[in-house]
Amino acid sequence: MSSLIPLPAAALAPVLVIGIGNPSRGDDAIGPLAIEQLEALALPGTELLTDFQLQVEHALDLVGRREVVFIDAAAAGPEPFSFEAAVAQADASATSHALSPAAVLDAYRRVTGAPLPAAYVLGVRGYAFELGADLCGAAAANLDAALQMLVARLAATTVRAANARSGTPQQGSGNC
Amino acid sequence: MSSELETAANPAGLRRIVVEPLSRVEGHGKVSILLDNDDHVKQVRLHIVEFRGFEKFVQGRPYWEIPVMVQRLCGICPVSHHLAAAKAVDQVVGAEPLTPTADKVRRLMHYGQILQSHALHFFHLSSPDLLFGFDSDVARRNIVGVASEHPEIAMQGVMLRRFGQEVIRVTAGKRVHGTGAIPGGVNKPVSRTDRDTLLKDVYQVIAWCRSAVHLAQKLHMTNVGLYNSFGAFRSNLMSLVAPDGSLDLYHGGLRARDENGKIIFDKVDYSRYWDYLTEEVKPWSYMKFPYIRSLGAEAGWYKVGPLARVQNCDRIPTPFAESERREFVDFGGGQPVHATLAYHWARMIEMLFAAESIKELLHDDDILGGELVTGGPRQERGVGVIEAPRGTLIHHYRVNEDDQVVRANLIVSTTHNNQAMNEAIRHVARRYLDGRTLTEGLLNHVEVAVRAFDPCLSCATHALGKMPLHLELIDAEGHCIDRLIKDSTERCLP
Repeated sequence: MSSLIPLPAAALAPVLVIGIGNPSRGDDAIGPLAIEQLEALALPGTELLTDFQLQVEHALDLVGRREVVFIDAAAAGPEPFSFEAAVAQADASATSHALSPAAVLDAYRRVTGAPLPAAYVLGVRGYAFELGADLCGAAAANLDAALQMLVARLAATTVRAANARSGTPQQGSGNC
Repeated sequence: MSSELETAANPAGLRRIVVEPLSRVEGHGKVSILLDNDDHVKQVRLHIVEFRGFEKFVQGRPYWEIPVMVQRLCGICPVSHHLAAAKAVDQVVGAEPLTPTADKVRRLMHYGQILQSHALHFFHLSSPDLLFGFDSDVARRNIVGVASEHPEIAMQGVMLRRFGQEVIRVTAGKRVHGTGAIPGGVNKPVSRTDRDTLLKDVYQVIAWCRSAVHLAQKLHMTNVGLYNSFGAFRSNLMSLVAPDGSLDLYHGGLRARDENGKIIFDKVDYSRYWDYLTEEVKPWSYMKFPYIRSLGAEAGWYKVGPLARVQNCDRIPTPFAESERREFVDFGGGQPVHATLAYHWARMIEMLFAAESIKELLHDDDILGGELVTGGPRQERGVGVIEAPRGTLIHHYRVNEDDQVVRANLIVSTTHNNQAMNEAIRHVARRYLDGRTLTEGLLNHVEVAVRAFDPCLSCATHALGKMPLHLELIDAEGHCIDRLIKDSTERCLP
């Protein structure tokens, strides 16, 4: 086996959830804490990954996935969270030490040439990012609300995928 | 040796242009430029606006937690902090020297970090500047020609970084937040399966690294006038070297040379680094300014990182990298190369050295097993020094009888380069900004100079919406008379 070639799609969970952030910097911990809570649920067909920052090599973690969700703290924007489709786009952060989800998708497209998985960004509103600080109460509440939505959505996605494989008719759009 | 542009003679009445924060570097930095009414540059300063509070953060923690905790200093080079802290804690537990297995597994981890960090910097941080030019039509035309010969570089950059991360994973346990280095050694050897997997790829990795050196060299030679002069300044050089004077990025003694290459001090024990280095505080920056004690603040500042290391050592102990080092030294014609943009060429030579070192370590069966941990008489103090991707990294801890850290001092690579980066942007500002109408392209020249040092200005925070670029033009009374905001898509908005 080669370390440079990703695993074949059949060996991978179809859904990847990536939580981004530094656990030691207040509300920046939202991403890793989300992954910690999702791990406890052992969601079928879902792989979980956490890192300080998105980087170019994360493009290879997307290979073979049906759907990818990026969870990050949002320093601004709607409360308690936003959930939006991510579109591949080269941006300034593509040459940065920290990439945006859009830039990771763009790197995936350039490096693999393969069709993109469905991708979403779950931006959970945070407020304070000081070194050594804990997650603040408001951010914790936002995270709870965001995970409630995400877990329901992932469950619905799994059911739809199973139905699609067995030929069962689907109902509803499944959108949040 | 300090620049006359550090402080303007009469700051009142000067216009201020602020570049904040720097794009494409971690954290938040700010460059302020004061111009007089005729647009002459009168003062240039690189400000670090975020206070690094980690020394306080670790106080009171048990010493054995420190190698894991310090990885949260930086999301790009956590392994460097992990290993520097582990080396410091080795001294606390009296573990010197380490067992062969521990020493070699740690070295493997370190060279994985060097490889992935240098690949990231060259292929994804600086190559847009280098390949597409920075507002010079001539440079753009020549350099795009070079780039068109290498359409595969984006893929190679990702793959090199991926390989480096895999080396870290098999030695530290995880790609991030690993726990491989512990007080006195490591917590596991490398498995035979992991070793064999990496061995299959390492020869391809070395080939890509050789190509990267040649690309960096070709970029330099294609526009040698620009590359030699852009942000260039003469200074002392400092790094670790092995006992035989060869390049060693994991362990050794401190060596410093002056701007002409003459030795200032050589192979000194870093456990008493304060006998040779000290730091100056300046009121306008949170970041200290280190200098060589015997030379004083005015003449004693220095460069660290790839450009210093490749020229500070007597040789590189791997064949391909040594061959490239000789070409680099020959290019200098008997004098040290001080071109700021030569950092990129030197960085690629080091990346090749890292790849060759990984290959040699993978072929060494000591990494597969043996004694993992050693110890000795307990000490109150520990100093760990390592050559991180960006330069010399010092971790210094004092531990009480209850095993708690009571004092910590960290001198990170970017701090060593603080004065050097300031000098680089002053030269660029004098050359490209003085007396001209300001444009985004001109201001980007300042950023190009700073990026060459690969600075790490802050810890790893990257919430969505945290990294815009603001340009402000402020008059002598402090009023903002113009503003340009470069958003995350690098569009400039009024």
